[in-house]
Amino acid sequence: MTQALDIRGLTKTYGDGFQALKGIDLSVAEGDFFALLGPNGAGKSTTLGIVSSLVNKSDGEVKVFGFDIDTNLSEAKMNLGVVPQEFNFNQFEKVFDIVTTQAGYYGIPLRRASESAEKYLKKLGLWDKRNSPARMLSGGMKRRLMIARALVHEPRLLILDEPTAGVDIELRRSMWSFLEEMNRQGTTIILTTHYLEEAEALCRNIAIIDHGRILKNTSKRDLLQELSLETFVLDTEVALNSPPELPGFVCRLDGEGALEVDVEKGQGLNQVFVQLEDMGIKVVSMRTKANRLEELFIRMVEENASSAKPAEGVAE
Amino acid sequence: MTSRAILTAYYTIVIREIRRFTRIWAQTLLPPVVTMTLYFIIFGNLIGSRIGEMGGFDYMAFIVPGLIMMAVITNSYANVVSSFFSMKFQRSIEELLVSPVPNWVILAGYVSGGMARGLSIGLLVTLLSLAFTNLSIHSLPMMIVTVVLTSALFSLGGFINAMLATKFDDISIVPTFVLTPLTYLGGVFYSIDLLPNFWQGVSLLNPILYMVNGFRFGILGVSDVNPYVSLGMILVFIAGLVFVALTMLARGKGIRH
Ligand SMILES: Nc1ncnc2c1ncn2[C@@H]1O[C@H](COP(=O)(O)OP(=O)(O)OP(=O)(O)O)[C@@H](O)[C@H]1O
Ligand SMILES: [Mg+2]
Repeated sequence: MTQALDIRGLTKTYGDGFQALKGIDLSVAEGDFFALLGPNGAGKSTTLGIVSSLVNKSDGEVKVFGFDIDTNLSEAKMNLGVVPQEFNFNQFEKVFDIVTTQAGYYGIPLRRASESAEKYLKKLGLWDKRNSPARMLSGGMKRRLMIARALVHEPRLLILDEPTAGVDIELRRSMWSFLEEMNRQGTTIILTTHYLEEAEALCRNIAIIDHGRILKNTSKRDLLQELSLETFVLDTEVALNSPPELPGFVCRLDGEGALEVDVEKGQGLNQVFVQLEDMGIKVVSMRTKANRLEELFIRMVEENASSAKPAEGVAE
Repeated sequence: MTSRAILTAYYTIVIREIRRFTRIWAQTLLPPVVTMTLYFIIFGNLIGSRIGEMGGFDYMAFIVPGLIMMAVITNSYANVVSSFFSMKFQRSIEELLVSPVPNWVILAGYVSGGMARGLSIGLLVTLLSLAFTNLSIHSLPMMIVTVVLTSALFSLGGFINAMLATKFDDISIVPTFVLTPLTYLGGVFYSIDLLPNFWQGVSLLNPILYMVNGFRFGILGVSDVNPYVSLGMILVFIAGLVFVALTMLARGKGIRH
């Protein structure tokens, strides 16, 4: 099957000599919902920038639905919609004009462009604003405008670089369901995000990138299974002075006097409660310490920083 | 892209450009009309009546072709340099970079946009001049070909300037320090016959002199230089600048890291 995106040996050295990508291999299957995760400066935007012709690559190969950007750039571009990290529309132009003009750049005649613009502006809740200059939109509306603009030519692959940055919770949820709907209808989606619960909620496959290298490229399910240890935070009725002895478990007190217990996979929580009960400690509430993916992510990036050698997955 | 799609993309760019300069008409269309009216009144009427003849015509009739060309040159250049640079500045150039529009269509679109403004203003100034003098046209084809090619040439110049510019200052350097002096010294206000030999020779190095005289030939039938040499020169410059602009676009100079 053709991959929606296929990247081989991609490197990028910027004009100032900085090597932002050190040989990236990445493939995203058609129909996938894919997350590219990594800390600030990891090389996410550089990678997506090369795919979308905003950045010149130094070396390597990029194919969009089999179309090589070196030899079949126009076809590759036709199949691709891009929502960049930073606002990049003319602030003085009207919302509707921005979207129809973009369609025109893809060769779509005005009547069809207008229909398509109407469809996506309505779906993204911007139809009322169609005659406003872009600068009068709120931050969240500007993001949605960029999504409408990226979709106006109905690309098969949609790339979003931090689409939900600065978007409130309610709107984020509605953007999620919009993207899920697009994905269900067949659009392949790649996004970057710093909200790991977003990746956990939406994506099927995940790659983690750091310092210009892919540390991990696997399914979300496998990634989460690697997480063998989970930390639970228990609030006790009476604050504890020192962590209790719970044989088989590692525990400590957090800064606010709540009890943190590390639980291995398959160990179960019953023993924790039985032992606490015996000690007369009453638990009033419980939560997991952090988003599971976040924990894994932080651990990986830290390992990568502490080991001089590239981590597994690089040599694939 | 199919040729029909390319045509749509080209129209899209041109229409966007026209929409831009008409939206900000108070900055783009009004000022040249005001300035040119002042030129007509002061140089043509008040001072011109004391100067008498120039090149065999009354002074007003002599300067009208030069002033039209001056307006066309300045506005063609200004339109493209400010529009394209502000696209770069606001990053909306990325809308074009991600799309499949070929580079030569981008260039053609912007140059056409600059020509649309330059030539509309040329037409406005021509109509305005009719309130001050009678224009009897010597050769309409010569007049039109010269003004259209000149407008294309300076639109190209504005495009290259915008590609090279990294800050707002950079887009006013060329108009202020190169275009304005060359236009004033390019025979808009006088025939180079008035100059001593040495300065006549220097003036002949000024390309704008050829364009102004070619256009004046179209209207009045008089010129300081051979009008066909003028046309040939404009064409050579256009070819050179098209090559430079397309090379820069292909490399992504200043627009792609
Ligand atoms: N134009 C440029 N010139 C030089 N270096 C650059 C340029 N753009 C990015 N870089 C560098 O390349 C590295 C990767 O940047 P990139 O924008 O790809 O990171 P990112 O993963 O998208 O980060 P973030 O999450 O902060 O958006 C960074 O160290 C950055 O400083
Ligand atoms: Mg980024």
